[in-house]
Amino acid sequence: MSYRKTNIGDRIDWWSLAIYLVLVLCGWFSIYASTYDYDHTDMFDLSGRAGMQMIWILSSLAFGFLVLLMESDWYEVFAFWIYTIVMLLLVVTIFVAPDIKGSRSWLVIGPLRIQPAEFAKFATALALAKVMNVYKFDLLRFKNMASLLGLIFLPMILILLQKESGSALVFLAFFFVLYREGMPGAVLFSGFAAILFFVLDVRYSSAIWHETPLGEFYVLVLILVFALGLLYNNPKVQRQMKYLLYILGGTVVLAAFVSLFTRFNYCWLALFLNISLIVYLMVLLVKYRASHFLWVLLFAVCSLVFLYSVDYVFDDILEPHQRTRIQVALGIIDDPGGAGYNVNQSKIAIGSGGLMGKGFLNGTQTKLKYVPEQDTDFIFCTIGEERGFLGSSAVLALFLALILRLLFLAERQKSIFNRVYGYSVACVIFFHLAVNIGMVIGLMPVIGIPLPFFSYGGSSLLAFTIFLFIFLRLDASRGDRL
Amino acid sequence: MNTRNFNPETRRLFLTVLFCLVVVIYLIQLFRLQALNPDYKAWADSNAFLNRTLYPSRGVMYDRKGKLLVYNQPAYDVLVVVRETQPFDTLAFCNAVNIRIEYFRERLKQIKDRNLNPGYSSYTPQILLTQLGNKEYGILQESIYKFPGFYIQNRTVREYGYPNAAHVLGYIAEADKQNIAEDSYYKRGDYIGKTGVERSYENYLRGEKGAEILLRDAHGRIKGKYEEGRFDASPISGKDLVLSIDIDLQAFGEDLMHNKLGTIIMIEPKTGEILCMVSSPSYDPSSLIGRQFGASFSELAKNPYTPLINRALNGTYPPGSTFKTAQGLTFLQEGIISPKTSYSCYGGFPPGGGRPACHAHASPLPLVPAVGTSCNSYFCWGLKAMLESKKYPSIQAAMDRWRDRMVGQGFGYPLGVDLPGEKKGMVPNSQYYDKVYGGRWNAFSVISIAIGQGEVTLSPIQICNLAATIANRGYFYTPHAVKEIKGGAMDTLYTQPRFTGIDAENYAPIAEGMRLAVTGGTCRRANIPDIAVCGKTGTAQNSGKDHSIFMAFAPKEDPKVAILVFVENGGFGATYAVPIGRLMIEKYLKGDISNEDKWLETSIKNTVILRNVLQKN
Repeated sequence: MSYRKTNIGDRIDWWSLAIYLVLVLCGWFSIYASTYDYDHTDMFDLSGRAGMQMIWILSSLAFGFLVLLMESDWYEVFAFWIYTIVMLLLVVTIFVAPDIKGSRSWLVIGPLRIQPAEFAKFATALALAKVMNVYKFDLLRFKNMASLLGLIFLPMILILLQKESGSALVFLAFFFVLYREGMPGAVLFSGFAAILFFVLDVRYSSAIWHETPLGEFYVLVLILVFALGLLYNNPKVQRQMKYLLYILGGTVVLAAFVSLFTRFNYCWLALFLNISLIVYLMVLLVKYRASHFLWVLLFAVCSLVFLYSVDYVFDDILEPHQRTRIQVALGIIDDPGGAGYNVNQSKIAIGSGGLMGKGFLNGTQTKLKYVPEQDTDFIFCTIGEERGFLGSSAVLALFLALILRLLFLAERQKSIFNRVYGYSVACVIFFHLAVNIGMVIGLMPVIGIPLPFFSYGGSSLLAFTIFLFIFLRLDASRGDRL
Repeated sequence: MNTRNFNPETRRLFLTVLFCLVVVIYLIQLFRLQALNPDYKAWADSNAFLNRTLYPSRGVMYDRKGKLLVYNQPAYDVLVVVRETQPFDTLAFCNAVNIRIEYFRERLKQIKDRNLNPGYSSYTPQILLTQLGNKEYGILQESIYKFPGFYIQNRTVREYGYPNAAHVLGYIAEADKQNIAEDSYYKRGDYIGKTGVERSYENYLRGEKGAEILLRDAHGRIKGKYEEGRFDASPISGKDLVLSIDIDLQAFGEDLMHNKLGTIIMIEPKTGEILCMVSSPSYDPSSLIGRQFGASFSELAKNPYTPLINRALNGTYPPGSTFKTAQGLTFLQEGIISPKTSYSCYGGFPPGGGRPACHAHASPLPLVPAVGTSCNSYFCWGLKAMLESKKYPSIQAAMDRWRDRMVGQGFGYPLGVDLPGEKKGMVPNSQYYDKVYGGRWNAFSVISIAIGQGEVTLSPIQICNLAATIANRGYFYTPHAVKEIKGGAMDTLYTQPRFTGIDAENYAPIAEGMRLAVTGGTCRRANIPDIAVCGKTGTAQNSGKDHSIFMAFAPKEDPKVAILVFVENGGFGATYAVPIGRLMIEKYLKGDISNEDKWLETSIKNTVILRNVLQKN
């Protein structure tokens, strides 16, 4: 191995750095605006949140600079060490953290309060990248898959034990990375299908058309459609597919005809068709012994099991507040004074901003503390209210630009380690963005995770800065190792 | 399904498209919220803005000599911020503000009931008690530190310098539903003038409300002014009024009318300014302020002698003999009689079978002594001559001509006094008689109107105004109680003379006759040594005892005052009305009652016509 030393200033990706700086500054102004008080008007006052955020920004930049000064190899070499230390911290946190608003995720060291869960993201990314940084790495080999899943689920479980379900969910973002590195698309598809089934079933759980519960019916039909869709391209069933569709169409026509005379629960019909399909798939599996049929069969069976366990999961496993948050997001219950208060006030804040916004520091909705958590999880309200559609879409565009830039940088890496790590950064930022802003504009249930670079809080900003800057460091010396 | 040979380009593309798609969906939702739905803006405003009304101070009132009659006095409301209260000694609190503990609990419950109190927030001050008395305020102020969450707020109530002139001043009370429906200026809990000057000059007195826009947080706590108060408006104080009332004269008149029913009105003829307007029984205006309003009001409303009614404007009575002056003027102007025309009187009006009867006096009489002795027959003959005159095509035409002359002198319609509740009285026309008599009537049918009986009724202010027109020899200013609106202009109705349509020279014999009545006729008691009083008594027939009327002006040349005294159930005009009139004129023109008349003053003041008239407190 030979090294070609380069000046970091020449090789660093200035685009990402610039977008990062703009986002952090916008965040600082937003925190100033959202915590602006008639008594506290000084942006630099260290007793105020804007002043504190300034300290966090400066120290994050200092840490970021340190990260850039390190040798790029250092991160790969110490990846597992970093992962192990952070995991230990997570474990310690469970036991020593005080109870703050129902969660035990804060380590209190003197005047400092840090949230190790934030740092677990880049630690996990480093560990995943290190595991996959092997020539001709085969993700689908059981040993590999197990170690990857273990690396992802370990911090998730530890964070769940800290009662920070929002932060735990973020680790699902790594499945996007695995997908890029060869995880079957079916896994991602199954994930989406599960979410879709869940939403449909819960959303229409009380909607009944004559005797048919619509939620269940829709999901049963979708399972049928997806399974047939998965089979469609298989050359072995190409000929039978035609008959299959005839049978299906005939059944529908027959059902419609019968329903003229008597009404019955169409779910039974849909379920009957599903079971027939499963039997048909078993026959195909026995006949051709092709794994494709096994996968489709598994999909259909798991989907049916999932469907009939959704109600149980929803009613018995989820916490009541999580249940209501989901119901509010799905528009099942409308409770602007209670469970829906945050989202309702946050939508009012954003909606009242109009196209141009009310102007810096002129937001009444946020300034008067109508929106809870407005400097942390609901920080986007301030932008929506004071900067209007133009400002909030600009922020969204900046985030998208950063994410796409990171994807571009990741793809140009020569080492797998760098690429996996780059994808991790992009996907985690995207996941935060999608969940946080989706929640603020009422498209997602309330899940308490911060908006990267914007939300008030030292741990989040520092962790994201390190997360990003490690990749910028790796990218800067991507050509060093030949 | 072979995933070992996956295509990285497809996967990268898929992820890129997915990320972009999510952002686009979010942009669409943002556009829906921010550009397509204007409701959010209104919601945010109603969330955050608290429009607080700033109340102007109501205009004060002075009398014509500058004495302060009505002004504003601080009163105290007790406010409570429920969220800030801590356990405290409820009984001590109730004792301090002098309420029962059950009432206190009831009030707290009412405040918290959002049906009764829609704006309730436990973070904002709520009104617990209104208009605390000075004593309770003092006690509570000393111990308020023991009751966290309770506050005292100043507001103003009306205060009165004198216990007099209640009917002229009027009172204010909370605007009722109708007030609020008619004028959007008023909101629930606002005060509005209900009677008297308070009502008729409401638009001047009330001023203009100001407003401030405050910012309110999610708990309803005030966080400051919106835009540093850029959209705030300061309240503009109401305009002060100078009344034409002379409060000393008014008080003197009220004393004289003590224990009697009736009214005294004095007008300055040259200006139409009302110098005093006594309506008895009366009440102390300060009984209708503050927390005792309700109790006092219902007591006054239940009183059978109707102290809330302003008799000077609101009663209509047959004017009796005072009406003869108006008849004489009409006959002169129409050329029916001349000052030299004499009619004979043999103790009655012979064509009517001796009715209306008359009292003993020389006969025949010309006009001046006829007025002086108040001869009934003279004016009956006069009216008969007018109605039967060939000057007019028909008796109907003559009757309507007569009526026009009456209307010209201010009868039959409200004069337009600047006080509410004025009655128009009754002056019949030919249509009226056509209807009553089926078209078959003659001078005898209607003859009693010539002497102010029968169908004719006037309000006391109209009779007083008649005296003013005679004093002015043919014109009058609409009587008014407000002399000046400080910083505002008077209505031209009160600054333009109105002419009666009767020539000035025709007034000379009438004034002469009224002078004769004082010097040697029906109202000799009004003969004040060095003031040339011209007067006319009247006795208005009544189902009970007759009403005693005295109408006068003085002095005869360059008159300074016109007066009407009306004593219900006072018998002949000379009995009570004339001596009261004498005292009032003396008081006004000389400033005090001469020693020779002190006994009269005492005697009148002590006279009780109705024993059970409500005593003034």
